Amino acid sequence: MPEHEPIPGWEPPSAGERKRILDETRSIAIVGASSNPARASNFVATYLRSSSADYVVYLVNPRETEILGQPVYPSLQDLPEVPDMVDVFRRSEDLPPIAHDAVEIGAKSFWAQLGLWSNEAAQIASSAGLDVVMDRCTKIEHARFAGGLHLAGFDTGVISSRR
Amino acid sequence: MSDHTWGFRTRALHAGARPDPTTGARAVPIFQTSSYVFEDTDDAADLFALQKYGMIYSRLGNPTVSAFEERMASLDGALGAVAASSGHAAEFLAVTALAEAGDHIVSSSHLYGGTITMFSNTLARFGIETTFVDPTDVDGFAAAIRPETKLLFTETVGNPSGAIADIAALADVAHSNGLPLAIDSTFSTPALCRPVEWGADIVVHSATKFIGGHGTSLGGVVCEAGTFDWGSGRFPNMTEPVPTYNDLRWWDNFGEYSYLTKVRNDHLRDIGSTLAPMHAWLFLQGLETLDYRMAGHVANAQAVAAWLHEDSRVAWVNYAGLPSSPHHDLSNKYLPAGPGAVFTFGLNGGREAGSSFIESLELISHLANVGDAKTLILHPASTTHSQLSDEQMAAGSVTPDMVRISVGLEDLDDILYDLDHALETTHA
Repeated sequence: MPEHEPIPGWEPPSAGERKRILDETRSIAIVGASSNPARASNFVATYLRSSSADYVVYLVNPRETEILGQPVYPSLQDLPEVPDMVDVFRRSEDLPPIAHDAVEIGAKSFWAQLGLWSNEAAQIASSAGLDVVMDRCTKIEHARFAGGLHLAGFDTGVISSRR
Repeated sequence: MSDHTWGFRTRALHAGARPDPTTGARAVPIFQTSSYVFEDTDDAADLFALQKYGMIYSRLGNPTVSAFEERMASLDGALGAVAASSGHAAEFLAVTALAEAGDHIVSSSHLYGGTITMFSNTLARFGIETTFVDPTDVDGFAAAIRPETKLLFTETVGNPSGAIADIAALADVAHSNGLPLAIDSTFSTPALCRPVEWGADIVVHSATKFIGGHGTSLGGVVCEAGTFDWGSGRFPNMTEPVPTYNDLRWWDNFGEYSYLTKVRNDHLRDIGSTLAPMHAWLFLQGLETLDYRMAGHVANAQAVAAWLHEDSRVAWVNYAGLPSSPHHDLSNKYLPAGPGAVFTFGLNGGREAGSSFIESLELISHLANVGDAKTLILHPASTTHSQLSDEQMAAGSVTPDMVRISVGLEDLDDILYDLDHALETTHA
């Protein structure tokens, strides 16, 4: 993970905190979902919906109507329920208004994918009490704790004598 | 999970090896299986498209091998690891994942002879050119870099020259040119040096040596730090669409995980130099005691080197742990617990004395390996480095009178007894 400028009032969540956020999440809204199977958003949505993760996934993109056989919603406000997590695949400069939307609809966490970072978005979401994660991938972090990353030869940091 | 930071010896025992969730087995089971049943056809399709993690076929991954890979990554302070069927296979995977026909690498000239022939013979036949430079000359690496260069390569402790890489300086040269530093750290293992902490990007090991530790099994591993920017445009095979995986792009889809994901799913898939689960299990056993064994190896090596250094029958000793070594300062910086247990010396009487000496040993084994718990000895010029030209041998500091020893864990007195007895026979 590249070095980032520190953000006043917010610390990047530790591994244990990221696991708690994922454990407390049942539904995830993917903002910036793409119909292109080579794009990370499509890739991650497939994983999050698969038996490996089994989340309820809502796809958000005003320019799409159906992706992976699922309906696509124009905005977070149009979803049929309030998602626990808002997971963003947009450019870093687009993050602050999406953070406002996440706060407005009452999501519990705001997550910006690998390579995304916004001082302003982090402050908007964390000051409203949301858990904030940035420059991390939900697929990779879920797989870190669920065993997939281990099977792929990566260091999960997990040390445990429990079954 | 706890946010506690676990120590090296704890991770050597536990990293990558939770109890088996199905049986509760505390030791890592040996998953002696070629393949794995899918849940259904969607599951199979997702696995093949890399859209979920899991086991497909043991060429690409095996749970026993995964445990070894995660443990190596943890001990080396790396993001992850991909195991291979030998140290040589690990080097080949690490280098050719980045370099292809028309590309170029810059390498130390003081490498294991087999690595020099891989680079100068087989990689050359594949269209990858190598410029070999003196590893003690950091500026020489910089001067050899070209637009088509893909990486810098060296060994932490040169085999057999004993030259210690100035890792931080080489990493600076590499990074200021937009290149990764790849380093073979076989002789030092993560117990003595973790090159990632000094800026290296890719670390390869022959696990056959001290990691396994008992001279039983062949294997290797590629570890990667996960901090290198593969998106600069200099590595098109990391950023261009991959036709065999629905045109995904390694760097775009996997970010810091992209190099190792590519090494496994693109490169190991096609080359097939996979580590066997039984060997991974033996390496896991080895890693459990690595720190203790390396301390024992280094203590015996330091004492044997000092003893030889004092002996008038011995012409020279080249061990970076001795203050007389030109590599002593770099050794103190990068290998403060000691520069491993493999070093070279020469006898008065040259090559003939060396042959007679090796044939007079009773305890120490004459064979082509290092890093066994047993003490091993070899004459490089007629064995490991015999396929090199005279110029390559000179560039690698391999002299005709050179004897290489890998000091084991026997009682020190017995190693010294055997050396003394053989020296006495040789000079009688």
